[in-house]
Amino acid sequence: MKGEQFEPRLVGFLCTWCSYTGADLAGTARMTYAPNMRIIRVMCSGRVDPQFVLKAFHEGADGVLISGCHPGDCHYQEGNYNALRRHRLLRRVLSQMGIDPERFRLEWVSAAEGVKFQRVCNEFTEQIRKMGPLNFNGGKHERREA
Amino acid sequence: MISLTIDGKKIQVEEGTTILQAARKLDIPIPTLCHHPVIEPYAACRVCMVEVSLKGRTDLVTSCNTRAVEGMDVQTKSDRALGARRMNVEMLLARAPAAEPVLDIARSLGITETRFEVKDPARKCILCGLCVRACEDIVGAKAISFIERGAERRVTTPFDEPSEACIGCTACAHFCPTGAITVEDLRGRKILHDELHLGPTTAIRIPTRQAVPMVPFIDEEACIHFKTGECRVCAQVCEREAVKHDMQDEVVELEVGSIILASGFKSFDARRIPAYGYGRYPNILTALEFERLVNASGPTGGKIKLADGSEPRAVGIVHCVGSRDENFNEYCSRVCCMYSLKFAHLIKEKTKATIYDFYIDMRCFGKGYEEFYHRLLEEGTHFIRGRVSEITDLPAMEVEEGRLIIRVEDTLLGSVRRIPVDMVILATGLEPSLDHNRLAKTLGVSCSQDMFFLERHPKLAPVATFSDGIFLAGTCQAPRDIPDTVAQAGAAAAEALALADKGTFALEPITAEIDEDLCAGCQICVGLCPFTAITYDKEKGISVVNDALCKGCGTCVAACPSGAAQQKHFRDAQIFAEIEGIFLV
Repeated sequence: MKGEQFEPRLVGFLCTWCSYTGADLAGTARMTYAPNMRIIRVMCSGRVDPQFVLKAFHEGADGVLISGCHPGDCHYQEGNYNALRRHRLLRRVLSQMGIDPERFRLEWVSAAEGVKFQRVCNEFTEQIRKMGPLNFNGGKHERREA
Repeated sequence: MISLTIDGKKIQVEEGTTILQAARKLDIPIPTLCHHPVIEPYAACRVCMVEVSLKGRTDLVTSCNTRAVEGMDVQTKSDRALGARRMNVEMLLARAPAAEPVLDIARSLGITETRFEVKDPARKCILCGLCVRACEDIVGAKAISFIERGAERRVTTPFDEPSEACIGCTACAHFCPTGAITVEDLRGRKILHDELHLGPTTAIRIPTRQAVPMVPFIDEEACIHFKTGECRVCAQVCEREAVKHDMQDEVVELEVGSIILASGFKSFDARRIPAYGYGRYPNILTALEFERLVNASGPTGGKIKLADGSEPRAVGIVHCVGSRDENFNEYCSRVCCMYSLKFAHLIKEKTKATIYDFYIDMRCFGKGYEEFYHRLLEEGTHFIRGRVSEITDLPAMEVEEGRLIIRVEDTLLGSVRRIPVDMVILATGLEPSLDHNRLAKTLGVSCSQDMFFLERHPKLAPVATFSDGIFLAGTCQAPRDIPDTVAQAGAAAAEALALADKGTFALEPITAEIDEDLCAGCQICVGLCPFTAITYDKEKGISVVNDALCKGCGTCVAACPSGAAQQKHFRDAQIFAEIEGIFLV
């Protein structure tokens, strides 16, 4: 990367009730954290279609995060359990496609856990930075670097 | 009805009434020691002797257990009656010279000393057996009884050992007319009358002075009836027959439109900081206990007293107990500074004690609060800035003997000080109430990091929660004082009323919809919906979403293999566009 530090592009699908509010809290509390995460708000982590994750990797994401309410705290009772199941299955699919499943992460962040969101963002960014760029859909990534 | 004459006064009483009861109706005093209205009379002390004439015969009887008979003529002050009484009191005096009530009766009868031999001048027990009867008849524990005979007769437990049958109800001490029985909690059994430490005062009581409805309840944990099946004294004395011991708790299901959560707080348990000595030293009180102590309806009638009954010469108030402390709660409990100042003011008003106030920062945030702080400064309260490290009774010099010593770093002076005081008040912080988590789970309300309930938005929706129709008021949301709580409660009530008044409820326009042409009728979505909002239309062979039930989580949409299910405003296409879009920047 021409001697420069590699800045990963991360996509985060955050449920509106817990994780998005938690991220908002991190913002209103003026916490600083790695700016690499681009956030897409969904009503529930259960709304995250595996296609979204694949699409994100396809569009040039180096890592994808799904974040929802802690088990038992889902605003929709059990959407986060569906997210958990899909995450497990999709990790297998990803590895078959040649994508390191470690690039796809699931985290529980409650509305009160601004600090945890900050930590997750920093950790995930650092982890993907070590893993290097994914270049899944090579051309696209390069094109946007320009 | 029976008519009789007592000291020349005529009275009509119901059948079964004792002479004593009849005399009391006429306000004729007859001294008693072993008589108690709820215990069957036993005539043990024999100081209630009266002279009774009936059908030409006169006799001396004990008035407490002699029933009134038609035509009785009772003399309570005849020479014969008084003579018998004097003799009995003198004998009681010989046995129990230290018993105050006996001395009182003796004085009223003009007796100055007893003609009989006094064996033990410190004895108080008159062997009336009221305690034994209370323990057996009322409590049903049968833990104490008389042993030995004649001069050796006394009341005790079997073999003089602490009895397993004793349930620690202290009824024996309560009924003892002479104070011969005192209570000592040797085995850490629960003593019911633990007023100062805010324990239950009696097993049947009104929960608080402000309780709604204002009716007493029976504390089953403390009630003797629920331990031994006996007692029922409360039911016996209640003229309205309102006390029922067989009432059961019932679960009442109410259908409501909205819920206001006002479940309050619990006080920080000061025992969690052992260095502060709470629970080990009697004169260390928590704020709530002190509040009870200074209360005019409290155990001392509002007088500030130490455990030994004397007035404190110096009082220390320790702020931030359990608050602003990384080891316990990081947050500020908000109310402690102001109530501590109030305490300091009250102590100043009621005693001559020197007051030391140990604070980290003085947080006088409200209207008129700062002015109050200045008033306290002028009143001469000693404010010491620094966190107290330890409270001990180990003296290092003579002035500290027998007192509590507060060790504190005075950060304004830059030195560690030892301050001897007689009483310490711990300004305990506020914590979420005990069943907070269960409530949160039941109602689907989130908690913030400090475990208080989380509001929907700190500024835009401060009383609403993430669950529609559930509102917050008071200290269940965060520590706050009474004015703030009242304001918030008003807001919560208004929000709930607004919801009820409108009569309609706006749904979020983010519900799922199923494209009839694309749906293959696989019914995967039907099983996934947590709100049973999707049903299968057999005729059309497709699944259908009920808009009123759908909350818009989108789980069905994510699972739909044919893409027939879509969530309004969160369509697949919209999110795909979003994903593409975020990489354009």
